[in-house]
Amino acid sequence: MTEAAAIAVRGLTKRFGPVTAVDRVDLHVAAGEFLALLGPSGSGKTTILMNIAGFDYPDAGSITVGGRDVTFLPPQRRELGMVFQRYTLFPHMSGAENVAFPLKMRRIPRAERERRALEALETVRLGGLGDRRPSQLSGGQQQRVALARAIVYRPQVLLMDEPLSALDKNLREEMQIEIKHLQRALGITVVFVTHDQTEALTMADRVSVLDGGRLQQIGSPKELYERPETAFVAGFIGETNFWNGTLSAPAAPGEIGRIMLEGGGEAEAVASCALPAGPARLAVRPERIRLAPAGVAATVKEAIYAGNVTTLILRTGGPELRVRLAASDPACAAAPGTATALAWSPADARLYPA
Amino acid sequence: MSARPSTLLLGGRRYSPAGSLLLAAPFFLILLLAFVLPLLMLLRESAFVPAPNLTHYARVFEQPAYLRILLRTLRIAAEATVITLLLGYPLAWLMSRSRGWRLALLLACVLLPLWTSVLVRTYAWLVLLQRDGVVNQILMELHVIAAPLTLLYTEGAVVLAMAHVLLPFMVLPLYSTLRAIPEDYARAARMLGASDFAAFREVVLPLSMPGAASGCLLVFLLSLGFFVTPALIGGPQQKMLATLVQQQVTELLNWPFAGAIVGVLLLIVLVLVAVFNRLVRLDRFVGQA
Repeated sequence: MTEAAAIAVRGLTKRFGPVTAVDRVDLHVAAGEFLALLGPSGSGKTTILMNIAGFDYPDAGSITVGGRDVTFLPPQRRELGMVFQRYTLFPHMSGAENVAFPLKMRRIPRAERERRALEALETVRLGGLGDRRPSQLSGGQQQRVALARAIVYRPQVLLMDEPLSALDKNLREEMQIEIKHLQRALGITVVFVTHDQTEALTMADRVSVLDGGRLQQIGSPKELYERPETAFVAGFIGETNFWNGTLSAPAAPGEIGRIMLEGGGEAEAVASCALPAGPARLAVRPERIRLAPAGVAATVKEAIYAGNVTTLILRTGGPELRVRLAASDPACAAAPGTATALAWSPADARLYPA
Repeated sequence: MSARPSTLLLGGRRYSPAGSLLLAAPFFLILLLAFVLPLLMLLRESAFVPAPNLTHYARVFEQPAYLRILLRTLRIAAEATVITLLLGYPLAWLMSRSRGWRLALLLACVLLPLWTSVLVRTYAWLVLLQRDGVVNQILMELHVIAAPLTLLYTEGAVVLAMAHVLLPFMVLPLYSTLRAIPEDYARAARMLGASDFAAFREVVLPLSMPGAASGCLLVFLLSLGFFVTPALIGGPQQKMLATLVQQQVTELLNWPFAGAIVGVLLLIVLVLVAVFNRLVRLDRFVGQA
């Protein structure tokens, strides 16, 4: 197996006419790391991948793979593996011929390429199905063949462009775990594009969140969920209640600031960046809010039962808030109209610029 | 679920058998009266009048003059097919990769000639190729040649003019096939290490074969029965089967022999269509993800 390679993307910028699709993005992917590019559509995640793959060239910036500058190299000379969104298996070749195709392009003798294609098919647990045409395989099997085809020539890096979005939910979850295991077994560097946050958090060592062509935050799934650096990340990863208010004094990053909430009440939270006194925004996750004897006044509007958890929707002087309670919590039974108070630990709430 | 209505559903998706028949009836009536019946009468004339016999058919193959015309027809049709394929494939490929006004322009270039009379287009070639025509004049002006070349009434001229007239029938099926091949296939091939040319040779070319096959069949069949262009550009020296039929019918009033020629032509066409059907069905079995 070829050594996995590190990828460095520096100052990547790509414009399509007046639109800046990718704006000065820096990414460093360690050798053997699994990095997810996560963002809504139009965030630039696919454009970044296309630039790494070589289907598109940047307007500014550079890309190196394993220390080699590949910024303007055509795709066939980058020695990367790629799995596309739709399977893109060649319909006129059998599964095994598809897997052997990259070896054929590398002029590897027939006997060896047949042996290696079979090996790769066995790696993705499709050993007996190599003779079938793509049209005779299920969606999941086709994607496994595509995966075998992308790793058979032992590339240093595997790029994946929403490879599971065409599969149904159960199969998708099964493939997520399988791809993760395969990546660990091969020790290959993976860059994985997805718009599905659960997929990104489940599979990736680190996730980079993009919005409007800009890198919002890059970090481990836990860092992103626990300490989102921007309001966009806080809203995009998981569920968050936002509440506008006014800071009475400036707050340094990581410091606890005191915010007067719009519509009454006040609360403490950790500043995500340097904030001046004045308008600011508080973010707190539904599962971090407690119903308490004292705190911010609220009235139960609705209780939504969902088995293991119950979501309460509460009216406050400001926005409506969502609170998630474990099934064992007696407050789950709160009737609509019940007056209560809300509290949270300052470390569980964060402050962002308004 | 309620019972499926069996009446004709205008605007619905399903038509009852009676409804379908009603919709197709005018077409089938014309087909029957203007094509099937006259054809059957002509074939009956060729082999069953006054008694069942094959003498007229034997004449087509026994007389060297007629056999030569038959072979020339097949050869010219094959040559025209090859030339339209060579000219049409790059054009169709370019069209399949174009969008917006570029595509509209290319489509117009292909379709406009199709909407122009074949006669007009053939006369244009006459003007270009005749003894004191445009081509000879230019070549003489440039001192490439001293005396005018004989361009008209040659097999080359017939093939060229026919290829020009029939080009759209090659380009259109090729274009629709190439257009349906997702660009991702070529992308995937390049990602996997194929050069641009190898990606084309290994993936796009094999997947475009059904379009090439139907284009070739269309052009070849149309060439076999082509009348106007060979008659005007080829003259008496380059006579093809259609011209021979016309001569037998209008000049010699030899209906049975004309019928025999039509019978032979029809047989060739049917065999080709049958072969093509087998090939395409085979392809359907192979392809389509």
